[in-house]
Amino acid sequence: MEEFKTGSWQKFVDVRDFIIRNYIPYDGDESFLESPTKRTEELWAQVKALMNDEQDRGGIYDIDTHTISDIDAYPPGYIDKDLEQIVGLQTAKPLVRAIMPFGGIRMVHTSLEAYNREMDPEIENVFKYRKTHNDGVFDVYTPAMRAARKSGIITGLPDAYGRGRIIGDYRRVPLYGVDYLIEQKKKSHLEAVYNVMDIKVIQLREELAEQVRALEALKRMAESYGYDISRPANDTREAMQWLYFGYLAAIKEQNGAAMSLGRASTFLDIYAQRDLDEGRYTESEIQEMVDHFIMKLRLVRFLRTPAYDELFSGDPTWVTESIGGLGTDGRHMVTKMSFRFLHTLTNLGPAPEPNMTVIWSPRLPEPFKKYCAKVSIETCSIQYESDELMRKKFGDDYGIACCVSAMRVGKQLQFFGARANLAKALLYAINGGRDEKSGAQVGPEFLACRGKYLDYDDVIRRFDKILDWLAALYVNTLNVIHYMHDKYSYEKLQMALHDDEPVRTMACGVAGLSVVADSLSAIKYAKVSPIRDETGLAIDFKIEGDFPKFGNNDPRVDDIAVEIVKSFTDKLRKTPTYRDAIHTLSILTITSNVVYGKKTGSTPDGRKAGEPFAPGANPMHGRDTHGSVASMMSVAKLPYDFSEDGISYTFSIVPSALGRDKDEMAANLVNLMDGYFEEAGHHINVNVLNRDVLMDAMEHPELYPQLTIRVSGYAVNFVKLTREQQLDVINRTYHTRF
Amino acid sequence: MGRIHSVESFGTLDGPGIRYVLFFQGCPLRCVYCHNPDSWCVTGGQEIGSADVIRDILRYKSFIKNGGVTLSGGEPLMQAEFAASILEGCIENGLHTAVDTSGGVSLLLCRKAVELADLLLLDIKAADDQLFRKITGHDIRNTLEMLAARERMHKPVWIRHVLVPGLTLEDKHIHALGDLLRYYSCVERVELLPFHKMGEFKWEELGQSYTLGDTRPPEAEQVEHARALLRGYGLSVK
Repeated sequence: MEEFKTGSWQKFVDVRDFIIRNYIPYDGDESFLESPTKRTEELWAQVKALMNDEQDRGGIYDIDTHTISDIDAYPPGYIDKDLEQIVGLQTAKPLVRAIMPFGGIRMVHTSLEAYNREMDPEIENVFKYRKTHNDGVFDVYTPAMRAARKSGIITGLPDAYGRGRIIGDYRRVPLYGVDYLIEQKKKSHLEAVYNVMDIKVIQLREELAEQVRALEALKRMAESYGYDISRPANDTREAMQWLYFGYLAAIKEQNGAAMSLGRASTFLDIYAQRDLDEGRYTESEIQEMVDHFIMKLRLVRFLRTPAYDELFSGDPTWVTESIGGLGTDGRHMVTKMSFRFLHTLTNLGPAPEPNMTVIWSPRLPEPFKKYCAKVSIETCSIQYESDELMRKKFGDDYGIACCVSAMRVGKQLQFFGARANLAKALLYAINGGRDEKSGAQVGPEFLACRGKYLDYDDVIRRFDKILDWLAALYVNTLNVIHYMHDKYSYEKLQMALHDDEPVRTMACGVAGLSVVADSLSAIKYAKVSPIRDETGLAIDFKIEGDFPKFGNNDPRVDDIAVEIVKSFTDKLRKTPTYRDAIHTLSILTITSNVVYGKKTGSTPDGRKAGEPFAPGANPMHGRDTHGSVASMMSVAKLPYDFSEDGISYTFSIVPSALGRDKDEMAANLVNLMDGYFEEAGHHINVNVLNRDVLMDAMEHPELYPQLTIRVSGYAVNFVKLTREQQLDVINRTYHTRF
Repeated sequence: MGRIHSVESFGTLDGPGIRYVLFFQGCPLRCVYCHNPDSWCVTGGQEIGSADVIRDILRYKSFIKNGGVTLSGGEPLMQAEFAASILEGCIENGLHTAVDTSGGVSLLLCRKAVELADLLLLDIKAADDQLFRKITGHDIRNTLEMLAARERMHKPVWIRHVLVPGLTLEDKHIHALGDLLRYYSCVERVELLPFHKMGEFKWEELGQSYTLGDTRPPEAEQVEHARALLRGYGLSVK
């Protein structure tokens, strides 16, 4: 067996160095790809049957209510031991969900109640004595934080569930073997001795000790499946299996909102290419391993509450895998494994998970770009993000957590902060800090806007004050949450697969950006008069005249949107963060744009109370009248420098508007993405679907079990969305033509 | 200065690649199946100068550099000078240009624009003069002159033709079209467009009576049949 090329990766943990020295870029097309093997077809048929069962049982196959989930808490589990080429399940049986109470025992209770199950009294008893993350947070929350949370001006906070958005560098397991990793962490522990034992050092030492224990548990778990992963992996099968064990340990330990995989494909290709060259495995055997690995990732399940599902519909897990990109040395990082991963969407059919994310550059090889476009058109299962923007900030070994959050794998993590509702904040500005739904004084008390018409400068001044208040409250709330998460629900395994002192970001977010931009534009360019109730609260607005709307590449309103993003990020930066995390911002809603809309009164842009916001950074439904390129140009103007946690844009189009035939459609899509990313767009979801298909799927869900669409940052089985969200998707701008 | 109906920044069906499509206001024809009757009136739309148009087009260069710009409408050649100056601006900036026209304007008035366009999308409503009159209210002469002019210039033309059941969707009409086009080497491709009624609501909004309310879009097989007939004349048909 040929040795890998040597480098600093042999002196210390440095996966990137190993990849850069050993991977071989692939410039060819998809013609080498293999169809599913018989074993794959049989296994996938079994999995599909299980998933159908799950759907028939109301979305939950079963729950193990007797075990507190942990890395080695379950005996080995299989789908069909004789067929599976990659093994390992979250619990003892496929699709059976685990309970993970350290985030919050209340959330487990609520979830079990919703599915008519009861908690094991023994577990109940444990948590009489053991405090959880959720308990800790509520011990500390101030009345102002509680009020903001209740009114929904800050929502989706990870104060009762796992924060997620941390990517363990699962590649370290195959590259180094667990023993080496334990040794390194033990060494760090030994060396983390300082003259002053302050909170920082104490925390570090405790965490390192936890990490070592987690790695030992990982080894035991693999052993139970008959694998000794204390040593490095030797071939493709082992590399993929070891890597999966690392990931599996993470999802046994944590019910994180997003449990992403990182950037595995090109790393794995190094093993596969060597095995192909040396005749150890055939292409078909390698594709089979990939298919089985991806199947496992499609089986990831978490127990969540109905309230959570309402926010993030479709049972998402965000097993995001980042594919492609360029190296900082100028070579592209597309390998045959990049194709093989995407090819699972053909071999196994479309699926929302794993969340296949192509990090795009116009400089990627043309055959790969065309292949991506083709698979996108057929499956709607790929999202695209700008490698050009991210490489500058994160180098060439970053991965995407969740939907749009880039981070250096194993060297950086984020404290997930959900999002603030900017549309509501604007209404607070108009209403003197009172909530437009409840009338309660949630924000700082000042005089509401007066007079028949809203005055732009006056509204801006008040909005600025409200944003000052909101930004500080928001960051402080996140500080509480993440302090407690570290304390009571520390991600020991994922952190064991990080450097000892990773970079941390405080990932704030906003919802309703296009609503606010259009509202301010209406106030500036048309005449907007509030309709007030008897208490003086503006509950609706009358608009006279027309005004520029976000999504038409019109600087008059686009500049307003840019200014809001810049200003809010600047304000966030003024409040210090827990563990000196760097403030970042995302413009992303996932499916929560529907719930945010429901909780927000009528806005000055003409949106009525309760109507959904546009998802992510999208223009409002039907207001982008100059075609989709103009719409993209507006979104592309939003500054990534001030929204480094990502800017999500969802693009839906009927096939006939993309081109006359399949080749033309793929070529146009490639040009469209090249253009978007050249114009500094950050992220795009691509849906190429007929509205009729979606309508039919709403009426006959049983006929469309695998129908996948992309919604602001992730893909989802259309039939798993609530009816409300399905309608939102259908009503959303479908770009057709004049 | 000229009059514009609207802009589509992501045109994929009016010429090759991604195109910035500029819909001109005003049309001399009154085709019974028109799906944009709101673009007929020459005084409607919005006034804009060609320099401003070019400035706007160039903002989209990243997207259209492999596609181009298409002037459509309405009838772009009704504002021939305006069209020509936009075409010149595009050519100066290295963009591919197309003009989507019915040929309903006399060549005397629009020769420069016809000459400038890299590609002419010529919508021939019918090969037979009588049928042409029935559909458009005008005769076919101008259209044929334009086709002949492009042939003399050795510049490519894509023919477009709408298939309307009960009107143009008859074998004899398709044969007539094939027989007309077979002699032109400038004709690179023929696009058959199945009639649709998505513009019907616009007729109602304009208070006009729509005579094709009972006409159904052609079946897929009928369209395929028409394509096959035309291919029999050695034409490349999409």
